[in-house]
Amino acid sequence: MMTLIAPAETAPEKEALIRVRDLYVGFGERLVMKGLDLDVYRGEVLGFVGGSGQGKSVLARTILGLLQKRSGRIEIFGEDVDKLAQAERRKLEQRWGVLFQNGALFSSLTVRQNIQMPMRETRDLSQRFMDELAMLKLDLVGLKPDAADKFPSELSGGMVKRAALARALALDPELVFLDEPTSGLDPIGAAEFDELIATLQKTLGLTVFMVTHDLDSLYSICDRVAALAEGKVIAAGTMETLLASDHPWLRSYFHGVRGSRLVAAFDGEDADTAKQST
Amino acid sequence: MAESSSAPPPSITAQNDADGRRIRLEGRWTLDASAQLEQQAQQIVDSAAGARLVVLDLSDVARLDTAGAWLINRARQHLAQGDVSVVIEQASVEQDTLLEEAAYRPRPPAPARWSNPIVDLLEELGRTVVAGVREVLNGLAFFGEFVVKLGEMIRRPLTFRLTSLVAQMETIGFRAIPLIVTINLLVGGIVGQQGIVQLRRFGAATYAVDLIGILVLRELGVLLTSIMIAGRSGSAITAEIGSMKMREEIDALRVMGLSPLEVLAAPRIFALIATLPMLTFIGDMSALVGGMLASYFYGGISPEAFWSLMQSVAGLNRFLVGIIKAPFMALVIGLIAVNDGFGVQGSAESLGRQVTASVVKSIFMVILLDGFFAIFFAAIDF
Repeated sequence: MMTLIAPAETAPEKEALIRVRDLYVGFGERLVMKGLDLDVYRGEVLGFVGGSGQGKSVLARTILGLLQKRSGRIEIFGEDVDKLAQAERRKLEQRWGVLFQNGALFSSLTVRQNIQMPMRETRDLSQRFMDELAMLKLDLVGLKPDAADKFPSELSGGMVKRAALARALALDPELVFLDEPTSGLDPIGAAEFDELIATLQKTLGLTVFMVTHDLDSLYSICDRVAALAEGKVIAAGTMETLLASDHPWLRSYFHGVRGSRLVAAFDGEDADTAKQST
Repeated sequence: MAESSSAPPPSITAQNDADGRRIRLEGRWTLDASAQLEQQAQQIVDSAAGARLVVLDLSDVARLDTAGAWLINRARQHLAQGDVSVVIEQASVEQDTLLEEAAYRPRPPAPARWSNPIVDLLEELGRTVVAGVREVLNGLAFFGEFVVKLGEMIRRPLTFRLTSLVAQMETIGFRAIPLIVTINLLVGGIVGQQGIVQLRRFGAATYAVDLIGILVLRELGVLLTSIMIAGRSGSAITAEIGSMKMREEIDALRVMGLSPLEVLAAPRIFALIATLPMLTFIGDMSALVGGMLASYFYGGISPEAFWSLMQSVAGLNRFLVGIIKAPFMALVIGLIAVNDGFGVQGSAESLGRQVTASVVKSIFMVILLDGFFAIFFAAIDF
């Protein structure tokens, strides 16, 4: 019997931390985003799904500024990213943290040094304070203290993800980008990671933008889900909304062979909790 | 069921039947039968010649795999095109499934490619030229980016990564000393030896000292050292930055608001510019010592005589000509190595290609630059 954590009960306030309007992104002659609109509200966990190669990572990377957009408007924390001066842009980058799909830990630095890198670069802190903070972050993500002095090549896949998450959280960001966080993790590790995200989101008040394929994650921790197809967001809302949609791609994604098993389990859970609460 | 290795090779026997031809397939119709498999499949078609109905009897087929099934289907298709009906009998359930899976699919005809060797050659040439021009523009663009970043860094001198610079200077400079000394010693000796041997014919063996001094100080010292460093450090830098790029570490730097040019490129390029002149000096001295040894063993010129002759040859001008080139060589090697590192795409193949390109390009540019300097110095009569 599967136990899925109920979705975080934060009522999303209507402040949009990320606002994308009419975004066009392309490579050479190929347009990947064709007039895409998206909002991410403060305090929510937004799951972002789409077929492979549709451009999920492209959108995340464009918002982060790693890719150039052709046209369109991106506002983060209420500021138009195109209009920011260098110093303001630096400040913006300190308010978010990013977890890349394979961790992207700096391979020549230990885990501790990786976590301290953002701190060292942007804040003036004593070494002792930075060490204490690093150990605190390690603890937050569920790593044992002895992981601190290991190099990324000495860590298992799950540990790499946790260490990368610790680094993403180094500056206590308000906004966290996760790129397929549970990919490559075994089901237990993936469930633990989901739980970790949900807990941290509550305790640290994070807003999470999560690109994922993992149906379990979508059900268990996402407040809203946005689906990308044909270069646009074709649906954005709660899981119920997406499940009820009759867009062909959404139907095969959520109601296909794998999807329906989870729908059944999810509905079963809801029925159980509903019964228990009465 | 017989082991596939001990089952007999594929074969067919054909006999005339009441309605047509009955062809019995025997043995193992699997890929490991190699050429024989195709031959026997062809035999099916050949032995069906003239019949209107062919029955393929699979009862004695020991093993069948997709390759065998495909060939049987292909033969069937071939016969069907000749208006021969084919019936398959005595196939087991598994064999039936296989035959269905490997159903005949016509190969789409390869799109007609109009090709002409001369046009192809011109096309290849054109592509190479365009790629070459793009490379040059790319390099120039990167140089520009670096200069702009330098301008920014000068305005904040306290944020310069001194630790990184010193670490790179140790790796790029200090640890290269044994290599530079050895290579230059050997080449100095070789040049000296040939100088002695050839000039002796004109009774001018002592002018070998002049030859050694001028060649080494003006050209060979800096050229050899630069080429060695391009191979050693150029490839190391490209590989390092390239593998970071592959693992998205460069992206991770950027999203943290750090500039990869500042964090990675600048320390390495400055380390090269700082250490290459020092290494050139060490190289020059080693080459002169090599020349001295050769002069002693091949020309009988004593070390004291060698060095006192060298004093008049090794004037400041000649030394400066060589040393002045060093920082420029270093800049070129550094820019190419770093730029190619950033240009690595996601695959290991790309990494290998970029590292190779980096070394080849920097050695080429080093020699090209040396040529320009030669023209320049000749023009100002230095």
